[in-house]
Amino acid sequence: MSNNVNEPIVSVRQLAKSFGPNRVLNGIDIDVQPSQVIVVIGPSGSGKSTFLRCLNGLETAEEGTVRICGHALVDNGRMIDENGLNRIRKDVGMVFQSFNLFPHLTVLQNVTLAPRSLARVSAAEADAQARALLAKVGLGHKADVYPGTLSGGQKQRVAIARALAMRPQVMLFDEPTSALDPELVGEVLQVMQALASEGMTMLIVTHEMNFARDVADTVVVMDHGSVIEAGPPAQIFGAPREARTRSFLQAVLSREQAV
Amino acid sequence: MTLDFSPVWAGWEALATGAATTIEVTACSLVLGCVLGLLVGIGRLAPQRRVVFGICTAYLTFIRGTPLLVQLFILFFGLPQFGIMLPAFACGVLGLGVYSGAYVSEIVRGSIQSVDRGQMEAARSLGMPYRMAMRKVILPQAFVRMIPPLGNEFIALIKNSALVSLLTINDLMHEGEKIISVSYRSLEVYIVIAFIYLILTSATSLVLRKTEKSLRADGRV
Repeated sequence: MSNNVNEPIVSVRQLAKSFGPNRVLNGIDIDVQPSQVIVVIGPSGSGKSTFLRCLNGLETAEEGTVRICGHALVDNGRMIDENGLNRIRKDVGMVFQSFNLFPHLTVLQNVTLAPRSLARVSAAEADAQARALLAKVGLGHKADVYPGTLSGGQKQRVAIARALAMRPQVMLFDEPTSALDPELVGEVLQVMQALASEGMTMLIVTHEMNFARDVADTVVVMDHGSVIEAGPPAQIFGAPREARTRSFLQAVLSREQAV
Repeated sequence: MTLDFSPVWAGWEALATGAATTIEVTACSLVLGCVLGLLVGIGRLAPQRRVVFGICTAYLTFIRGTPLLVQLFILFFGLPQFGIMLPAFACGVLGLGVYSGAYVSEIVRGSIQSVDRGQMEAARSLGMPYRMAMRKVILPQAFVRMIPPLGNEFIALIKNSALVSLLTINDLMHEGEKIISVSYRSLEVYIVIAFIYLILTSATSLVLRKTEKSLRADGRV
C-alpha cells in the first residue's frame, strides 16, 4: 500500500460504461487525495451513482482505469479478478440509499458480521469494536435490537458503523439521506461530518447542497455521464462557470428555499 | 349397509408399522429432496454458467413434466433390465426425493430471488465473497420465506408417498390394502387410512407454522 501525500488514494482515468445503448459514464477523470471529501452532485440520471458503484466494483466499468487504495480495480477496461475485488472492498466502505441492513441479524451482529467472517478477529474483539462504533454514531443503546425496530436515520447510522467496522480507507456514500424523512436527515449528516473531520477520505453522492457547501473539499458536478465542472464549494456555488451547473443549482436551491 | 371397523381395529398393529414406514420413506425423501432442491435452485440462479444451469433446468423439466408413478416404475421395473436392482425402499426414497427436489428447487430459487438485491450488494461491498454472502446473508432470509411453500411441498410428499405401496413397500397404504384383501372392508379401511394421513399432514403443517412464527419474532425478516 503506497498512499503517500503525493499519490491520490483514488485515481480515475477515462472511466466509461454503457447500459445497453445508453452511455451512462462518458470518460470520467478524478483524483482524490487522502482525507479529501468529494461531493458529487448533478441531475438525476447523470451517472453519479453508477460512477460511485464503479469504485468498488458493484458496477463493471468497460473502459478506463480506476486505481483505489493502491490497487488497480480497473486497468484499461479490464476488471480485477474476484479475489482482488474482495480485497479492495475491505478497504472501501459503502453506504447505500436504502441502508441494506441485514434484517435477520441484530444491530451488533450487523456490524460484527464482516470483521468476524473476513478479518479473523475474535468475537470479543469484534464486539468491543462494534460497540465503540455504535456509540460513536449515537446508537450504543440499540446494539441488541433488530433493524426492523429502528427509524430510517438510525438504520443509516448503523449502516455507517457497519462499513467502518472493516476499517476502510475510503468511504463511498450513495445518496445516504435520500430515503429519509426530512427530520431524520440531520442526524446522519452529523455522523458524516464527524467522520470527515477525523480525516476519512469520502466520496458522497447527495442532493444536500448545504452539506456539500459545509463539508466538501471539492464539489464535482456531473451531467450526462461526464464531469462538467469541479472545484471548491465556494466556486461551484458562488461562481459556477458552466451554464448547466447554474441551471441545476438554480432548480435545486429554489426548491430548498420554497420548503 | 352398516360400517364395520372391527377388521381395522384388529389390524391396528400392521397399520401402525405401515404408518411408521410411511414416515420413514417420507422423511428420507424429504432430506434428499431438500438437498437436491437447494443445489438445483442455486444452480439455476446463474444462467451465464451454462452447463450447471442446463443440467439443472433439464432435471427440473423432466421430473416436473412426467408422472411420479412413471418415474417410480422406471426405477423399480425399468432399471433391473440394465442389471441395476435397487431394493424397493431405496427406489421409493430415490423416486420421491428426486421428484420432490424439482419442486423444492423452484421454491428455493424463488425465495432467494425475492430477497432484496441490496442485501447481496451490501454483503459484497463489505468484502464477502459470493458464497459467503449467500450463506450468511441471503439464505437465512430466504429460508424463512421458503417455509410456507415448503410446507405445501412436504404435505404433497406425504400424500404422494402412498404410491410407493405399488413398489411392494409395506407403507400405510400397503398395510391397508392387505387388511382389505382379507376383510373386504374397503370403505372402513380407507376412511381410517385417510384419517391417519390427515394426522401426519396436519402435524407437519403445525410444526412448520410454529417454526416460521418463531423465526419471524422480534421484527426480523
